[in-house]
Amino acid sequence: MSTISREEVAHLARLARLEVTDDELDAFAGQLDVILESMKTLGEVDTDGVQPTSHAVPLVNVFREDRPQPSLPRDAVLAGGPDTAEDRFRVPRILDEEA
Amino acid sequence: MTKLNTYEAALAAYEPVLGLETHIELDTATKMFCGCATTFGAEPNAQVCPVCLALPGALPVANKAAVEATMKIGLALNCRIAEWTRFARKNYFYPDMPKNFQTSQYEEPLCEDGYVDVVVDGESYRVEIERVHLEEDTGKTLHVGGATGRIHGATESLVDYNRAGIPLVEIVTKPVPGTGALAPEVARAYATELRDIVRSLGVSDVRMEQGSMRCDVNVSLNRPGDEWGTRTETKNVNSLRSVERAVRYEIRRQSALLDSGDKILQETRHFHETTGETSPGRSKEEATDYRYFPEPDLAVMEPSKEWVEALRASLPEPPRKRRERLQADWGLGDKEMQSVVNADAVELIEATIAAGAGASGAVKWWLGELSRRANETGAELGALAITPAQVAELQGMVEDGRLNDKLARQVIDGVLAGEGGPAEVAAARGLEVVSDTGALEAAVDEAIAANPAVAEKIRGGKHAAAGALIGAVMKATKGQADAGTVRQIILDKLS
Repeated sequence: MSTISREEVAHLARLARLEVTDDELDAFAGQLDVILESMKTLGEVDTDGVQPTSHAVPLVNVFREDRPQPSLPRDAVLAGGPDTAEDRFRVPRILDEEA
Repeated sequence: MTKLNTYEAALAAYEPVLGLETHIELDTATKMFCGCATTFGAEPNAQVCPVCLALPGALPVANKAAVEATMKIGLALNCRIAEWTRFARKNYFYPDMPKNFQTSQYEEPLCEDGYVDVVVDGESYRVEIERVHLEEDTGKTLHVGGATGRIHGATESLVDYNRAGIPLVEIVTKPVPGTGALAPEVARAYATELRDIVRSLGVSDVRMEQGSMRCDVNVSLNRPGDEWGTRTETKNVNSLRSVERAVRYEIRRQSALLDSGDKILQETRHFHETTGETSPGRSKEEATDYRYFPEPDLAVMEPSKEWVEALRASLPEPPRKRRERLQADWGLGDKEMQSVVNADAVELIEATIAAGAGASGAVKWWLGELSRRANETGAELGALAITPAQVAELQGMVEDGRLNDKLARQVIDGVLAGEGGPAEVAAARGLEVVSDTGALEAAVDEAIAANPAVAEKIRGGKHAAAGALIGAVMKATKGQADAGTVRQIILDKLS
């Protein structure tokens, strides 16, 4: 029995905007379970007094000066999108929010 | 139809608790994490690069000027600057961010625990600041295909990412209880003070109308002695005045709901500038789940004590202190100074005095005639087509006796119409006080001859009657005589 439920997988899929079939929900729930179980092994390590690590390199205070650099040519910017109009990215209408 | 209580009835039964969340766009030359320019009004998507778009391999680097500006804001708001702070990813899918996340800060904001004191009706209120953090702005979305350009009815959206990545500072207050009926005014006073503080730091132009300062207003109500109620968050509040209106409206709306036993929904609402009402916004089918995690591509920040103290030492005089100093310098009463502040005329008057005008003259023009002109056209005072130097020049001409107030107003007409500076307008329009005593004496003689009864009264010692003759002379000279001079000539002739 999976410790991660079909509902949780469906929720994650929605957040990630992924379409998942019913069969896949079961399959992913099982697979995610294996991943979570594996990660649990790490919980056996004694980490008392050890700071959580978010960065692999010990760098701090990396800044740049506030000096403009050239941007990408607009054609190159827009080339990355599936559809454009009026020099803007064209996306399907947004339903769930009122501006 | 939304039921509303009167404001008085609402306050008789409930106590409001406020909370304000303000976003301020910094005016750095480049974006938060890349070197793209931030020039306003550029062609769509002309200021966009691989970092803005989070293309594979792109590596963001934090803008030092933006970090310093945020620390300055924190220090000016009496906050503690974190010794260790980092960025976090706020994950969500929405086309206003091409990256599918916004780089923000989560558990470790740059600045924490500050306060702002504001004065309303002579009473001081302390608004405590929870946190000040640094993040990036989103892109601009244009909804097309609908009849009104609003999202409802739109068939598609067009996105411009020039604004995506511009540094944005978020300032969150702690809940503010205890303001009672003055809650709307306290909210406005806080937003005004915050704007003035940030403006004094020179890190943003903080214009609510143009979106470089945005205020979200939280309001909840509770019966005296009860726990705090459920709050709503009102967005789309686009002016200081609307901050006050939004709070007032929510108090009236929520109290009517509570009176009829309904529950307040914790929701985001939108303020409507034209009606002064709020309406429900995004309906959240599921709780927001942003899955924040530490941003791996940006290094942790550890502002040194020396850095923080150098920034603290560089802070300008706080606006409140500065206002107190200027009020004393200008010899204004509390009410008069409040009018100056409300009219947003502090800088204008200061500049006019710097250009050589006396304080009373400078205050008189900006609060009087020029405020009236601004109100007529609905413009901001500072947007009038007259400079402080020109106002000082005008006042100088009045003091030299070359213009009287009536002529000066006509000169203002000309300056605002773009006809040039005061001296040019006066010359071009022939607006000059008649100083030729010969001409004035002739006009006085005519007035005396035309009004023998009045002249007789004056001869009999009734000097107050001279007004009628002065009026006649002013009319004859088309207002271009100095009333004091005319009066003297009349009295000389009739004594």
